[in-house]
Amino acid sequence: MRWFWIDRFTEFVSGSHARGIKNVCLDEEVVDEYCPGFPMLPPTLIIEGMAQLGGILVAEHFEFDKRVVLAKVGKATFHLPAVNGDQLIYDVRLDAVQPNGGTVVSTSHCGDRLQAEIDLMFAFLEPGQVPVDGPLFDPPDLRSMLQIMKFFSVAVDARGNRFPDYEKLH
Amino acid sequence: MALTEDEIFGKVQSALEDALGVDEDEVTKEATLVGDLGAESIDFLDIVFKLEKAFDIQIPREELSPEDILTNSQYVQDGVVTPEGLAELKKRMPWADLSDFEADPKVQNFGNLLTVGDLCRYVQDKVNG
Repeated sequence: MRWFWIDRFTEFVSGSHARGIKNVCLDEEVVDEYCPGFPMLPPTLIIEGMAQLGGILVAEHFEFDKRVVLAKVGKATFHLPAVNGDQLIYDVRLDAVQPNGGTVVSTSHCGDRLQAEIDLMFAFLEPGQVPVDGPLFDPPDLRSMLQIMKFFSVAVDARGNRFPDYEKLH
Repeated sequence: MALTEDEIFGKVQSALEDALGVDEDEVTKEATLVGDLGAESIDFLDIVFKLEKAFDIQIPREELSPEDILTNSQYVQDGVVTPEGLAELKKRMPWADLSDFEADPKVQNFGNLLTVGDLCRYVQDKVNG
């Protein structure tokens, strides 16, 4: 099962923000089946898409050296349903970071209409804290996922470099 | 400009309402964060973020969560904090009322120690010096 809830990064500036798009398609089972008779992207999966963008924003800030997990949804306000044919523009801003977590604030727009506002908090898993050691993602798999989502085509790292390379993704 | 006790309490109250989803009248100075307000471990990170933002301060992790003391065999024996450990806790957390904990200093009792009032005193020390 694929668990990609953004289609593509369109902008990424290390330590600042990430933008991405999510196309809502009728051929996705979840869009068709979530609310029979009224196809829509479930709001929880909009949160998940924001968490994927935001999680990468936070993880990249630490050069992918932290095991970043979504810990809390601080706020989630939905102004419009996201229906088939919509293209959502997600914008996630890095709000604060600590050695053991980070927060982001984000919006989703459909055209020029504000679709959702979502604040998220991420925590970093520490060795021995949970019964899982090692990275949460196999580094080549994560690198491949980021390539598919065009991350490397748009990203600017903390030193201002385009097409960044990260030791932890090898 | 120094903040008054009431101003600090108001901002702490607001941060806790937001982080824990509790009502304003539940957040009294005597309320314990875990027992009365239902804070879980992950909420403490959220509370730290909210207090840092509300008061424009930095909160190093070990100041609110002295795990290094509570897991140090020098300060803990058979699950009980030693007098040396208690002295270390008091030095680290002069703003916390440890009197109840001193009466039964089991490590497991530490989790439900902090009150809203303790948090206000901690912030007051940070903000007003």
